This record gives sequence, C-alpha cells and structure tokens, in this order.
Amino acid sequence: MKILVAVKRAIDYNVKARPKADGSGVDLANVKMSMNPFDEIAVEEAIRLQEAGKAEETVAVSIGPKQCQETLRTAMAMGVDRGILVETNDEMQPLAVAKLLKAVVEREEPGLVLLGKQAIDDDSNQTGQMLAALLGWPQGTFACGLELGDGSAAVRREIDGGIQTVELKLPAVITSDLRLNEPRYVKLPNIMKAKKKPLDTLTTDELDVDVAPRLSLVKVAEPPARKGGIKVPDVETLVDKLRNEAKVI
Amino acid sequence: MTALVIAEHNNAELNPATLNALAAARAIGDEVDVLVAGSGCEAVAKAAAAAEGVRKVLLAEAAHYENVLAENLAPLIIAVAEPYEHLLAAATTTGKNVMPRVAALLDVAQISDIIGVESNDTFVRPIYAGNVIATVKSADAKKVITVRTTGFDPVAASGARGSVESIDAVDDTGLSKFLGEELTKSDRPELAAADIIVSGGRGVGSSENFALIEALADKLGAAVGASRAAVDAGYVPNDYQVGQTGKVVAPALYIAVGISGAIQHLAGMKDSKVIVAINKDEEAPIFGVADYGLVGDLFKEVPALVEALDKK
Repeated sequence: MKILVAVKRAIDYNVKARPKADGSGVDLANVKMSMNPFDEIAVEEAIRLQEAGKAEETVAVSIGPKQCQETLRTAMAMGVDRGILVETNDEMQPLAVAKLLKAVVEREEPGLVLLGKQAIDDDSNQTGQMLAALLGWPQGTFACGLELGDGSAAVRREIDGGIQTVELKLPAVITSDLRLNEPRYVKLPNIMKAKKKPLDTLTTDELDVDVAPRLSLVKVAEPPARKGGIKVPDVETLVDKLRNEAKVI
Repeated sequence: MTALVIAEHNNAELNPATLNALAAARAIGDEVDVLVAGSGCEAVAKAAAAAEGVRKVLLAEAAHYENVLAENLAPLIIAVAEPYEHLLAAATTTGKNVMPRVAALLDVAQISDIIGVESNDTFVRPIYAGNVIATVKSADAKKVITVRTTGFDPVAASGARGSVESIDAVDDTGLSKFLGEELTKSDRPELAAADIIVSGGRGVGSSENFALIEALADKLGAAVGASRAAVDAGYVPNDYQVGQTGKVVAPALYIAVGISGAIQHLAGMKDSKVIVAINKDEEAPIFGVADYGLVGDLFKEVPALVEALDKK
C-alpha cells in the first residue's frame, strides 16, 4: 500500500502571532515557519507504518509557495520517500486544499491518507474531513491509535468524554491527534539524503481545481486583553479575595 | 430564512453544548429547527423541542445513527439541508468531525469555532490559538458553522413548544463501524460545563501528585483539568486537556496550579471570569493573565488552600 501524507507550512508553534497594525491580516514578516506540529505526527505515523511493513511507499504532499519545499524536505528527512508540491502563491482555504488533495489522490491512488487534525495557524480543523467527503471515503479524525488490518483500519479517536474506537473500510483518511506518536528527531545524514529524494512540482491549473476562496477576511484584531491582576501573599488572602471580592466561591 | 442546528446527545440526554449552538443560531436572527439523529432518542427530541426558540425538531432514528458516525450523519444532514441557509453545530469533537464533511458535500466553506455573529454572513472566530481574532464573511449560499460554546450563553432549556417531526433515515453507507468507547468516569462536573475548574500542569510532577489537584477540586465542587504538558507527561488522560488543541473553557473560576501558561494553554482558558495562578516561578506567563497570583510551592500551598477553605 502507498500512504499519502499532507503537510502544511505554518507559523512555528513557539511564535506568538500578532495582527498587523492596520488589521488587514496577521503579521508573518520574518516569522519562523515550520511544519505544522500535527502534520509532523502524521508523517511519523506514515513512516512507522512503512517500517512495520504495512506500506511500500510514503509520499508527502504540500500546498503553498515555493518555501513549502523545505517542509517537504523535512518530511523526507524524517523518512518519507518522495514529495509533491502543489505550488501556488494564492491563499488556499480548507475546501480548496481538500479539492487539490483529492486531485493528487486520484493521481497517486494511495490506500491511506494521513493529515494533522488541524493547522495551528487558522485552527480550522476541516481539511481531512472535507477530503474524506469529496473522495467518499471514511474518516478517522483525532486519531490516537491506528491499526491497519486487511482492507480495514481500527482507529482510536480522542473524543470529548474519552476514547472511541471505529473500524473504517480502506481506503480512508486519518487525521492525527497529539498522542498518536512522538515524532522522531531528524538526523543530519538524513537531511543530506533527503536532498536527493524526488520532489515533483504541480500547479493548481494542472490539477484543474476551482480554488477560489469562499471566505473573505474582513479584519483581524487582538483579543481583548485581560486586566493585570494582583499577587496575594498567602492562601488566607486568596480565599478572602475569592469570597468577598470576586465572589466566585 | 431558517437555521438548522444539529443536536448533540447520547441518545438519552441532550448535550448542553447544543443550547449554546442554538444561541448562535438565534443571534443570526433565523427561525431555528433542530435535527436529532440517533437510535431510541425520542426523549432527546422532546428536550430539544422545549429549548428556547426552537420551531421544529426533525427526528431521524436508525441503528446506524446510534454512535453519530460522520459517514452516516453527513448524508442525512445533506438530505434535509435544502431549506436552510445556516447549518450549525457545537464545536465539540462530534461537531468538528461531522460538519466539515457536510460543508464539502455542499461545496461550501465551513466557518469553524465562531465566537460572535456580525450579520447573517459575517462571523467572528479566533485563529492562531486565540492570539488573533478574525472577522470573516462567507460568499456561499449556505453557511456551515461550528460554534465555540464559550462564545454564546446557552438558550433556556425549557419553555418552548416546538413540534417533533419524524423523518426518514438515509441508508447506512457501510464505510465505518463503531467498535467501542472508553469514557472517563468521574463524579466531578464535566470540564465544558463546570463553574469552577482546577487544573494542574507539569509542576504537579506525577500522576500520584494529581491527587492534590483533585482534593482541591472536590473541596470546591470543581472539574479537574490539565495543561498539555501534564497530559504529555502522562499524569492524566488527554480528555482533561485545556488548550488550543484540547478543550476551550470559560468557567467563573479557573485555578491553574503548577502551570507556566504556554500560549497553547492560555488559548483554552483565558476567557474564564476569574483566574487564579499558583506557581513557584514568579516570572511564569500565567501570572500575566491571572486575577490573583500566589507565588509559592504548590505542594505546600494547595493543601493549605484546602485547609483555608474549610475555615469560615
């Protein structure tokens, strides 16, 4: 089986995003970018499945500007066999990304598609579900465990009250939650090796997909700031404040 | 112009998050219908019909709706979607799982996790872990929306007299099957609905030490939460997690113990009414959002706090 894993180039998780002064968007100038952390977990899972002999080939796909090549190289340095960049400088919203991924899936015919459950920039949490819908495939979202069987996959899912286990017919789309695995560190020799792995570039025109955005950004703003609080010297004062000032207990 | 809210339930009871989603639907200004899909869930339909502002409940019952599998629920929603301009669900793990599938089948965008309604096509939602608040306008004829429950006060659970109409189920797609569920059992209130939450972070140090957090929670009748660091360290299960990728909560009182206050965690709790932080590091970012900060060793301060709460 071939596994396709989708990776997004997003703001580094250690960086705090800020709106531009004019409210027209988020200020990403000179901001460190990395692979979306959830996608890193998806990549790790794909590689582990291959190492366990459950997959013959792993392919990473990214959609966005030229710099996404770096993201794909990271995936290949982790162990993915090759990369596909759908290059575009336009804003790609989740529905457009899902349509592009569907077109890539139709070319590559993987038995499984892995994605992160959400990207830490727009926090949409949509793309995997949308891709599954467009393909008519089942979806295992928020996965914390994945076992491939014969023609089916058992997926443990993080749900609000605990864990749910579902069985999905393959091919299927799986989106990773935090506890699916712990991604490996990339070793230097592997970074060198990754540079030699094949990386194909496609365009949105080639894939013949309508990628027009459906949502327009009216404005962005800082969230309302919390007023600075006070330090209390001891628990007695704290209890007194909570009882008599805040009146919450 | 009517909105459809997808009810969340366990076939016995309506999940209160649905009442927040109803509030968002009402803020759009629509008449509101509710879809209840499940198995043996007539009581849920009745409860939904009594919720403030509900005109009509559509009830679809079939064995393959019992466990709310997205593969089966999405086609049902599509089958009834035609008259509705807005389709909403609470942004719970169920809503987040099903609604994007619905949106894609309708060929429309989803607007995730809204916290405000500007007009019938313009909505407010947090992005970048809540560090940026975006206002977005939809160009689609139908709007598929998930609602962050902390953004809207729930509508009244009773008082309305909506009708209940049974509708036909759509065939089982056979794409997925429910195998089982392990739900965390607890006598404490649920995180999402609790008035008071006591959360522990990496500073708590171990699974055993979480008993301290639990003792304080029980003294206050509070729910227990945790930071991602505490979850990653294996002190508590993942469903305790408060943060960008866990649960977003806004209780009247949030007590953060041994939590440094990573962006990711603040995203999940900074809308709480009153925040208390107990941390030995006085430079910890959590003090930047706390109304009351206590600098000290949690292993000394938490038991002392439990004791102080006993005194009148």
